[in-house]
Amino acid sequence: MKNFEQIVSILKDNFSEIEFTVNIENEFDFYINVNQKDIFEVALFLRDNDELKFDSLMVLSGVDDANGEKIKDADGTETIKGGTLSVYYHLYSIEYKHKLTVRVATERENPEIHTVSTVWRTADWHEREAYDMYGIKFLNHPDLRRILMPYDWEDGSYPLRKDYKNPEFYQGMKIPY
Amino acid sequence: MYEILTNLLNNTIIAYIISAILPLFVFILPFALFAVYLERKVSAFMQDRLGPNRTGYRGFLQTVADILKLIQKEDIVAAGTDKWFFNFAPVLVFIGSYAVFAAIPFSSIYIGTNTDIGLFYIVAVSGIAVAGILMAGWASNNKYSLIGAMRSVAQVISYEIPTALVVLTIVMITGSLNLNFISDIQTQYFWNWYIFGGPGFTVTKFLLIPFMITAFVIIYISTLAEVNRTPFDIPEAESELVAGYHTEYSGMKFAMFFLAEYANMFAVSAIVTSIFFGGYQSPFGYLGNLIGLTWLIPIEQLFWFTIKGLFFVFVQMWLRWTLPRLRVDQLMTLCWKYLIPYAFVNLIIVGIILLF
Amino acid sequence: MALKTEHMVLNMGPQHPSTHGVLRLEVELDGELVIDVRPHIGYLHRCFEKHCEALSYPQIVPYTDRMDYLASMYNNFGYAVAVERLAKIEVPERVDYIRVIMGELQRIASHLVALGTYGLDIGAFTPFLYLFRDREHILSLFEMTCGARLLYNYIWVGGLSHDLHPDFVRKTREFITSFRPTIRELNDLLSYNKIFVERTANVGVLPLETAINFGATGPMLRGSGLKFDLRKDDTYSVYNKFDFDIPVGKGLMGTIGDSWDRYYVRVLEMEESLKIVEQALDQLPEGDVKAAIPKKVKVPKGQIYSRVENPKGELGYFIISEGKDAPFRVKVRPPSFVNLSFIGDLCKGHLVADVIAVLGSIDIVLGEVDR
Repeated sequence: MKNFEQIVSILKDNFSEIEFTVNIENEFDFYINVNQKDIFEVALFLRDNDELKFDSLMVLSGVDDANGEKIKDADGTETIKGGTLSVYYHLYSIEYKHKLTVRVATERENPEIHTVSTVWRTADWHEREAYDMYGIKFLNHPDLRRILMPYDWEDGSYPLRKDYKNPEFYQGMKIPY
Repeated sequence: MYEILTNLLNNTIIAYIISAILPLFVFILPFALFAVYLERKVSAFMQDRLGPNRTGYRGFLQTVADILKLIQKEDIVAAGTDKWFFNFAPVLVFIGSYAVFAAIPFSSIYIGTNTDIGLFYIVAVSGIAVAGILMAGWASNNKYSLIGAMRSVAQVISYEIPTALVVLTIVMITGSLNLNFISDIQTQYFWNWYIFGGPGFTVTKFLLIPFMITAFVIIYISTLAEVNRTPFDIPEAESELVAGYHTEYSGMKFAMFFLAEYANMFAVSAIVTSIFFGGYQSPFGYLGNLIGLTWLIPIEQLFWFTIKGLFFVFVQMWLRWTLPRLRVDQLMTLCWKYLIPYAFVNLIIVGIILLF
Repeated sequence: MALKTEHMVLNMGPQHPSTHGVLRLEVELDGELVIDVRPHIGYLHRCFEKHCEALSYPQIVPYTDRMDYLASMYNNFGYAVAVERLAKIEVPERVDYIRVIMGELQRIASHLVALGTYGLDIGAFTPFLYLFRDREHILSLFEMTCGARLLYNYIWVGGLSHDLHPDFVRKTREFITSFRPTIRELNDLLSYNKIFVERTANVGVLPLETAINFGATGPMLRGSGLKFDLRKDDTYSVYNKFDFDIPVGKGLMGTIGDSWDRYYVRVLEMEESLKIVEQALDQLPEGDVKAAIPKKVKVPKGQIYSRVENPKGELGYFIISEGKDAPFRVKVRPPSFVNLSFIGDLCKGHLVADVIAVLGSIDIVLGEVDR
């Protein structure tokens, strides 16, 4: 079992050119930020390194950070411009019983992150869900389709984004509410 | 029956019609009504439930109510179906199971037609139902129905082989295909039944007993498969194929399939009874003989036949509510790798025993 | 000349007797041989995560009920644990004990449905009713406690909605004595039944390495032979005070990690849950179950991923708080969602009937898959 500092130092020793920023929110949860271009390499390393062995991805969650510029629309709703969407990877090692949270941020306008579904199969559906809800595109994902929303849901309409607007029509039908 | 009616009415055509319709109204319909009720009560008893208890005394009229409901139901024919085949299939399936009753001796005087090739006729005619099932599956234009029908055909045809082999064993012993004759010679006491080696006290009889029991087990398993009951209800396996070949049927056409199933259940039980358990013979003499009323004997015979048949129907239900379902390949394995070889060996050994 | 053949695509569901809800499986068949299974979900999507962003922390509890509606208690439990950890709320010991009792009874109830419907999938109708009869007892216990039989809203952030009914302890003990024979009966009737074993052993084998990588949890993972249970390995509440075993699949009837193993792990887990309930009833402390319920749940800025051992596997709540009344983001990691995701790999090369056998052994609840 390794604590957070040890894990971070192992990572820093092995990746000289990759930046890790460490974020400590409160006493429960600390996470490291990884750049979106490096996540696949880091993920492979985390899984295969003998000292870390993060063989299980507990959950992969998309999050809308809502840290961009908020523009008031005419009808009183908000649209967010700029800022980031992020993906949290919660890792666990069954052998060593240590945990790690990795965060990858990507810009809101063109969110693209390399998939980790080839590293942990758990990520497969979770990435599809993040794509479905936030529009984060996972590059090289084997089957990136909508999963919870209907397949014919309007393109570019991602329900869990903070500036999501309820559609008035679905496939030409008025939605009564 | 036909002969008696001809003598009584002096008219062959009316005699034909009456003797053809009689089993349906006297036997199959009341039996189906009763069997469905029995099935529900038996399953309820086994499952710690009450079963139907609202319609009539202890739910006795439940099946009648069900039939009324089925008659009133809308007859749905889906758009993509092949109408002719779709409508004809339930009739054909019912014909298949109904025709079997023509050669079954209910009692010494009540037999549809006392033909000399009774057993052969039954084995042959029950194959008609297969065509009906395939027709139903194909005409429904539904993948579940099609898979169900294919399974059913493969199953029924495979399991006819062990059935036929066992029937052959019996034919070898009795030297007759006439079911009435076979029932008739197992008379007087139950140790004369073929399950106990047949009439007469000879060495052959005692040698035959173990092989007759094997033969009985084989034919019972394979007839169970032929009528698609659990654990062989793969064609209509509800958890996989919804309802198999009758998925698309509703109302009266569904009722036809239903009726055919229950008629079949009794038909195969009747065959097993006739060839192994003395048919309509009482296990221990007749009351009619005792008190000198000979006309009572056929009625007693009908009673015994029904009791024996119902017992095997009950065993079928018992199995249904106890056992899970086999998979299609395991079903075929059971038939081709176990039942058919055993039936063959059994046939040969019985043949050798009979030579001496 | 070879005949031209093509694969048949069979749509199982959303309306199908054994997809356990509104799941659609697109099964590609070559005859009866399964080439591929593609699950389609989302028919029961109710925007749980979106709702959460507009509700205060206590208001979310009844929504969690509706995810895994066969194990509502445990969903409440997991959520309460997550929020309490984040908001640093200490609950009285009695609350923890009652939660464990409820959670384990709920586990038994959930497994009873899983095992019963699994028997139904394989074609055995009778065990289903026997098991539902005993599930009724558990539901009555719940009803006695909180008035509801399916969706309880019982375990609140910081406490419970009601204290135990005075009769609860006695009735629970009665239930335990009456339930043990049912397990034996189930084993006689179904578990060791030759046909049932033939149908489930060596079907849908999930090797351990794959199971971990695929994210299988709960009975799925333990069926593959790993002694891993969050109640012990990542403990929460008062589970560390009880003595119980973690049953694992041993490949008694076939290969380790086949459907029969997953089934049997559930049977054994019910025994273990009974043990926990008995111990908890013995040690049950006194106290006020509502003492620690805050008037207003104040959650500091921060985030937490907290997980509990739901009857179906690892139920995780990822909560991000901005320090406001409503959470910024709640992400649920439903066990069935992950366990279902690799059904295609389990079914490949088997027959149609095995798809049902595998699906039943996964034990999914669509309310939780779709949220």
